[in-house]
Amino acid sequence: MSSNNQTSSSAGPATLFDKIWDAHVVSSVENGPTQLYIDRHFCHEVTSPQAFNGLRARGLKVFRPDKTTMTADHNTPTIDQDQPVKDPISRNQLDTFARNASEFNMPLFYPLGHEKNGVVHIIGPENGFTQPGMTIVCGDSHTSTHGAFGAIAFGIGTSEVEMVLATQCILQTRPKTMRITFNGKLGKGVTAKDLALYMISKLTTGGATGYFVEYAGEAIRNMSMEERMTVCNLSIEMGARGGMIAPDETTFAYVNGREFAPKGEEWEQKLAYWKILKTDEGAKFDKELVFDAADIQPMITYGTNPGMGMGITESIPTLDQIDEAGRISFEKSLNYMGFQAGEKLEGKQIDFVFLGSCTNGRIEDFRIFANYVKGKKKADNVTAWLVPGSWKVEQQIREEGLLDILTEAGFKMRQPGCSACLAMNDDKVPAGKYAVSTSNRNFEGRQGPGARTILASPLVAAAAAITGRITDPRA
Amino acid sequence: MEKFLTLTSTIVPLPIENVDTDQIIPARFLKATDKNGFGDNLFADWRYNKDGSPKADFVLNNSLYSGSILVAGKNFGSGSSREHAAWAIAGYGFKVVVSSFFADIFQNNALNNGVLPVVVSAEFLSEVFSAVNADSKVTLTVDLLNQTVTNNASGKSENFEINAYKKECLLNGLDDIDYLLSKRDMIEAYEQKIK
Ligand code: SF4
Repeated sequence: MSSNNQTSSSAGPATLFDKIWDAHVVSSVENGPTQLYIDRHFCHEVTSPQAFNGLRARGLKVFRPDKTTMTADHNTPTIDQDQPVKDPISRNQLDTFARNASEFNMPLFYPLGHEKNGVVHIIGPENGFTQPGMTIVCGDSHTSTHGAFGAIAFGIGTSEVEMVLATQCILQTRPKTMRITFNGKLGKGVTAKDLALYMISKLTTGGATGYFVEYAGEAIRNMSMEERMTVCNLSIEMGARGGMIAPDETTFAYVNGREFAPKGEEWEQKLAYWKILKTDEGAKFDKELVFDAADIQPMITYGTNPGMGMGITESIPTLDQIDEAGRISFEKSLNYMGFQAGEKLEGKQIDFVFLGSCTNGRIEDFRIFANYVKGKKKADNVTAWLVPGSWKVEQQIREEGLLDILTEAGFKMRQPGCSACLAMNDDKVPAGKYAVSTSNRNFEGRQGPGARTILASPLVAAAAAITGRITDPRA
Repeated sequence: MEKFLTLTSTIVPLPIENVDTDQIIPARFLKATDKNGFGDNLFADWRYNKDGSPKADFVLNNSLYSGSILVAGKNFGSGSSREHAAWAIAGYGFKVVVSSFFADIFQNNALNNGVLPVVVSAEFLSEVFSAVNADSKVTLTVDLLNQTVTNNASGKSENFEINAYKKECLLNGLDDIDYLLSKRDMIEAYEQKIK
């Protein structure tokens, strides 16, 4: 294992992952893991309290308080955030979070209602905390989002949160690397979310377990930062430790000028370094996959894991297309969803639409949604929850006039938070109801006990919100 | 963390296979903000009636059995990765769990919380269950340095595997955090270097 930890820069061509990993090795444990330095730690109210307790029990301070950014998001209401939180368990978690922030003198604490508050993976990039070349962790699996900037970013457990708070390091075994290339261009009406759902449907939910993925190719290069974040965000849904994209001019332009981004001379120095952060010609990956972007159409899921996806005009597989070992869980899944094998879903009536989450709660997602519903009217049978990922996104929605368009079309906007993505707050889809959701998990009960989730892009969600049915947005 | 060298203790037998983390600590107990108290809810659904009274037939409620070694059937700790399962085992006071197979993540979480998972052969495991059936005061000895486990009823010993780094940690009473804290100088040197 220790041979894995040698710096590969001197040993021939290196991958982007190798370069960043090697630059963060503090030491290697013999016959054990690598001690990795962490540049940025994000922290939320649900997985951090036991870690702060651990510090207290050991009589420790937080080692580098300015390298941890704290935001409340998972367990927060999305209406009346200026009122006291009603649910006593949520309130206790939020109060504990605030107490920990003040007791440990954490300078970057963004509680409910703060102008920088929002979903942890949204506020990181938009405030310039997330930068190329960094190692980034958070007690949340969708930390992979930040890999869009050319960073090594992944989710960690509570013991590891404590390690980072105490020492700014964690112990990690080096993962294997995989490169997934998307050649060609995405078609009209096909978005980053569709590309990701397509990829997960091909790889299945365990297809990238043990790997760190680099995304490459023309279709990825052409993406905005928002789109790249959507793709990297969903890496975890195929089991990958994380996903990343080499930084380029699009990345630098996004980061430049943000509050916590480097300025002046420091910016110039960093920029020069960021420009060499790419996989060298001839570098070896443990696995390589290539797809053609032109093969992808708008996607929806029909089952109860993100790998059960299909093109919106396609039909659910028939039983004989499923290998024998998987049939029982396939049938159980369709049963939960109330769908038949072989059935087409286009035209099916739905009940809820959720636009939001760290997957699709950014400004571009609201632009796409608003652009589609402009001049149309929301279907009466649809309850729509539009939840911006942060207060900054909310503000931008107002400033760009999107709120007027949405209001005109019969939509209301809620306040920022994770909301119906995991339904830990009151935003729960009732049992048996169908929700076209721009979030990331369609597990049984994820959006509320008995809720039936159809994962889709903001564009497909917009079309469903207007017709009240599963609708091809290209039509 | 406490140092672990050798331990001789009576055992708590749980001859059930595939005990998953949902049974070790049911999901409704995950909303807490500390690690304490999980021991009280260890195996909650097997251990308590709906009204909170103890179920007489469950082993933790049987005064014949006690000790800091839990001996469980094959494939212990499968299911979700919740660290709360390890917190519950440690919180209850177990220092060792013996089984013929453990789920990967549970094994790691246990080690991170000072609980030693000891993998034994199926034969050894069933002999321990028979021995404790015959005499509830039977003891096992676990010697971490030599990586042996002994059934003191029969005198039979077996070797067990453990990752060398984790063994060092347990022997010295260090967990990953202590290990990292001991590298403070290196961390500061690293920070200087990247400045
Ligand atoms: S929006 Fe959903 S996936 Fe993202 S951090 Fe919140 S709960 Fe997790």
